[in-house]
Amino acid sequence: MKSNLEHSEAAAIFNKDVKRVDWHDETLWFVREKRDKAAHQIPEWELLRETASEIKNNVLSNMHDYLLEFESNAQKNGITIHWAADADEHNKIVHSIMEKHGVKQMVKSKSMLTEECHLNEYLSEKGIDVIDSDLGERIVQLRKEPPSHIVLPAIHLKKEDVSETFHEHLGTEKGNNDPQYLTEAARLHLRDTFLTRKVALTGVNFAIAETGEIVVCTNEGNADMGVHLADVHIACMGFEKIIPQRKHLSVFLRLLARSATGQPITTFSSHFKTPRDGKEMHIVIVDNGRTTQLGREDFRSSLKCIRCGACMNTCPVYRRSGGHSYHNAVAGPIGSILAPNLDMSKNADLPFASTLCGSCTNVCPVKIDIHNQLYKWRQVLVKEGHTPLGKTVAMKGMATVLANPMVFDFAGKAGRFVMKNMPVLVNNSLNPWYKQREMPAPPEESFREWYKKNAKESKDKKDE
Amino acid sequence: MSSRTTILEKIKQNQPTAISELPNLGTLGLESFEILDKYKAVLKGIGGDFVEVLNYDAIISFVKKNYATEKRMITTIPELAEIAATDWFNDDPHSLENVELTLVKAHFGVAENSALWVTDDLLGQRVSTFIPQYLAIVVNKKDIVATMHQAYDRIGNQEYGFGTFIAGPSKTADIEQSLVLGAHGARGLTVFFMD
Amino acid sequence: MKIGLFIPCYVDQFYPKVAIATYELLQKLGCDVRFPMKQTCCGQPMANSGYEHLTKGCDTNFIANFAEFDFIVCPSGSCVLHVKEHLHDENNEALASQMRKRVFELTEFITDILKIEMIPGNFPYKVGMHQSCHGQRGLKLSQMTELNAPFFSKPEQLLSRIDGINLVSLSRKDECCGFGGTFCVTEEAISVKMGQDRIKDHEAHQVEYITGGDMSCLMHLEGILKRQKSPIKIIHIAEILNATI
Repeated sequence: MKSNLEHSEAAAIFNKDVKRVDWHDETLWFVREKRDKAAHQIPEWELLRETASEIKNNVLSNMHDYLLEFESNAQKNGITIHWAADADEHNKIVHSIMEKHGVKQMVKSKSMLTEECHLNEYLSEKGIDVIDSDLGERIVQLRKEPPSHIVLPAIHLKKEDVSETFHEHLGTEKGNNDPQYLTEAARLHLRDTFLTRKVALTGVNFAIAETGEIVVCTNEGNADMGVHLADVHIACMGFEKIIPQRKHLSVFLRLLARSATGQPITTFSSHFKTPRDGKEMHIVIVDNGRTTQLGREDFRSSLKCIRCGACMNTCPVYRRSGGHSYHNAVAGPIGSILAPNLDMSKNADLPFASTLCGSCTNVCPVKIDIHNQLYKWRQVLVKEGHTPLGKTVAMKGMATVLANPMVFDFAGKAGRFVMKNMPVLVNNSLNPWYKQREMPAPPEESFREWYKKNAKESKDKKDE
Repeated sequence: MSSRTTILEKIKQNQPTAISELPNLGTLGLESFEILDKYKAVLKGIGGDFVEVLNYDAIISFVKKNYATEKRMITTIPELAEIAATDWFNDDPHSLENVELTLVKAHFGVAENSALWVTDDLLGQRVSTFIPQYLAIVVNKKDIVATMHQAYDRIGNQEYGFGTFIAGPSKTADIEQSLVLGAHGARGLTVFFMD
Repeated sequence: MKIGLFIPCYVDQFYPKVAIATYELLQKLGCDVRFPMKQTCCGQPMANSGYEHLTKGCDTNFIANFAEFDFIVCPSGSCVLHVKEHLHDENNEALASQMRKRVFELTEFITDILKIEMIPGNFPYKVGMHQSCHGQRGLKLSQMTELNAPFFSKPEQLLSRIDGINLVSLSRKDECCGFGGTFCVTEEAISVKMGQDRIKDHEAHQVEYITGGDMSCLMHLEGILKRQKSPIKIIHIAEILNATI
C-alpha cells in the first residue's frame, strides 16, 4: 500500500461509513465465532496449542540445523534451493527462473511473502504478466489493491463491489451480485489461465526438514491446479516455515484451518516432495529481516506465526479499521509486531493501534504473546526516537508530577492535574475525547479530600 | 559471501541459545468417538457426500445413475474400467481439462475432518483429482482413522513424490463469506465406503 | 491484616464515590483498611504509551506508600495488572517482587483472600457486566471466551448472589470497550466506535445499569451514553456490593 496515512487517520476515514464498518465487524466476528465453535469441539484444544508452540520454540532454537537438513533433503528430492537475503534478491531469483525458461506469464497462488516483497510490481515492470489465482486475491488484483487480510484477501469488499469489478474486467452481467454466479465467472476465467501458464508460483505453509517436502494448504485447489499443469513450480518461503518432522504436521493441520475459518481442515493439504518427471521445482528461502527478528529476544516468537489470521478476526480494532489501515502486507495484531522489524519509522504507529485487550494472544494457535509484544514494541519505538517530541516532553512532565506527591497534590488542587491529563496530553479545546463523548462531571471533592474528613480509622493515626 | 552463507551465519548467531525440546505427541488424539459416524457427519458438514457400497459393481451402477456418463470419466481403479478410462496416465495433463468425473482410491480417511489421503501412485496424474468437474473417492471402511495423529502415524515414512489430503469439494468464501462449492477444483465429492 | 487502599488517580479525582464504596465495603467485610495519602499513580498511562522507563519515580512512590501493608487492594483490574507486571525497585527488587504478589483487584480479594462467597443485598435491576480486558485476560478474574476451558467469573459470582439482580448475558461476552488508555484519544474514531458497539449490545439486552470492575472502561462508556442522552446508568461493582450490605 502506498498510503502515507497513519493507522488512526486511515481508521477514521474507514469509520465514516458506519453501516460498512458494522458489516465489516460483523462479518469478521462471524469468522471468529466459527473458530470458537471449531476449537470447542476439540477437548484437547489448549494442549494442541501448547504442543504447537513447543514445536515452534524448538524450531527457533534449531533453525540453522533444520534449514541445512531441509536443504539437503530437498536437493535429494530433485528440488533446486535458492536463498534470498531480502525482497529484492527474492524478486530477482524468481525473475531469473522465468527468464531461463523464456516465459512471460505466471500463475500464482496465495503467498503473503510475495506481497511482502512486492513481487507482482517487480515482475510487471519486467514485462511479466502475473495472475493471482486465489479468488480473493484475483479480485483485489483486478482492483489494483493489496489484500486486506492474509486469509480473506477481499474481506473488505461487498459483493456489489466484486460485481462491479467483474463486470468491468470479466464482462459479467451488470448488477448481478450473486456470489455463486461471480465465483463461476472467476472459475471459467482462471481455468483458462491454469491451462496456459508454464510457471506456477505458490507459497509454503510448512517445510519439513526431515523429508525435504513442502505443504501448501488451499480451499480452492488453485495452488494444485497451477502447479500440476505447469512445467516449473516456484515455491517461496520465509525460513521460519520450517518444521522438524512430518508427524508434526498432525498438530499444525489440526490447528490451522480451525483457527483460520473454523473448518476442520482446508480442502486440500498438498505435500510436494519431488517435481513431476521432467519438470522443475524451485524453493526460494527468504530472510528479509527475519534473521534480525530472530535476534530480538522480545520479538523472536513472532516468527512462530503460521498465518492463520485468527488474531485479525478477533481484534476489535482490526474489525473496525480494515486491513488497509495497517499499510503493511500483513495487517492486524500480528502485522503490527512484524512490521516494525522491517521498518521502524514507517510502522511506528502500528503497535499503538491496539487497546492491548489480549484477545489476539488467546486465539493464537502457536501461543505468540502478541499483546505483550505490542507493549514492548511501544517501549522500543519510544527509545529509538520514533515518537513526536511533544509527546515525550509531556510524558516527562507527567512523570515528574506523578513521582512527587507534593507536586501532585498541588497540581491536583490548583489545576486538577488529572483532569488535564486524563485523557492525557491534549489541549481541551481540541480534545478528541470530547468529540463524541462527554467528560465526567467533576465531583465536589476528591476522594482524598473526603477521606481526610471522614475516614474512620480505629487505632492508626492518619497519614497526615 | 553468498546470501546462503550470510543468512545461515546470522541465524546461527541470532537463534536462541537455550534449546527447546520437542514435545511428546503421544498423548494427543486419544479421545474416543464413533469413527465412521463422525467421518460421515463431518463430510456432510463440509459439502461432501457418501454412499456405502458392497463392491465395485455397486459403484458402477451408482455412477451410471447419478453422473453424466456420456461425458469423459477417468479412473485409476481397474475394476471401474467399464465406466471410466484407464489409459490416460501418460497423457499431457492439460488434456484432462474436459474430464467430468475422476474416480480414485484413497489410502485412508480421517474422521475428525473427513480428509482422504491420496498419493501419486493412486492418482495416475497429480492433476487428476483437481481438474475434473466432479470427484469420487473410494475408501475401505476399516481404513478410517480417528485424527490426524493416527493419520501421520499411518503415513510414517511412506515414499511419494506428491500426496494430498482432500476434504470435501473445492470451495471458496472469498465473496462476503458466502460459501460457494466448486472454486477451481471439483464441484462435488462423493466418498464410496467399501466393506 | 493491614490493607492498603490503592485508588487510581482518576477515580480519586472524578469518581470519589467508587473509592468511598470500596473503602466502606472493605471495612464492612472486617478489614483494617487505610488510604496512604501520598499515593499518586501506578504509571500505567506512561508505560502503555511506550514510556515505561519514565515510571521509576511512580514505582518508588508506590513502594513508599504501600510497603507496610499485608495486602494492597484496588477497585481497578487495569491498575492492579500494571503493578503486578511492572513494579520494580533497583535497590530492593525482592521487596518489589513481594509487593507485586500482594496487590489485588477488589473482587478477587473478596473471593480469593477473604474467601467470601456471597455478599447479602438487594439490587432489583437489569444489569450488564462489562469485563475489563486487563481484569479478565490479564488478571484472569473470569474465563475468556477464546479458550476451550471451564467457565468461572469472580465478579459475577458475587453479583449473581445479590437479591433481585438480573444479570444479562451479552452477545459478545468479553469484547473490549475501546478505552485502551491513550488509545481513547490517539485512535478516537475506533475507540468511540468500539464503545458505541459495546453499548448497543447492552441496549439490546435492555439493561438499566452497566457495571464493571474498571472505572476507566466505565468512564469511556459513560461519556458515550451521556452524549447519546441514554437512560442507561453506569455503576462500579464496588458501589453495588457496598450499597447492598
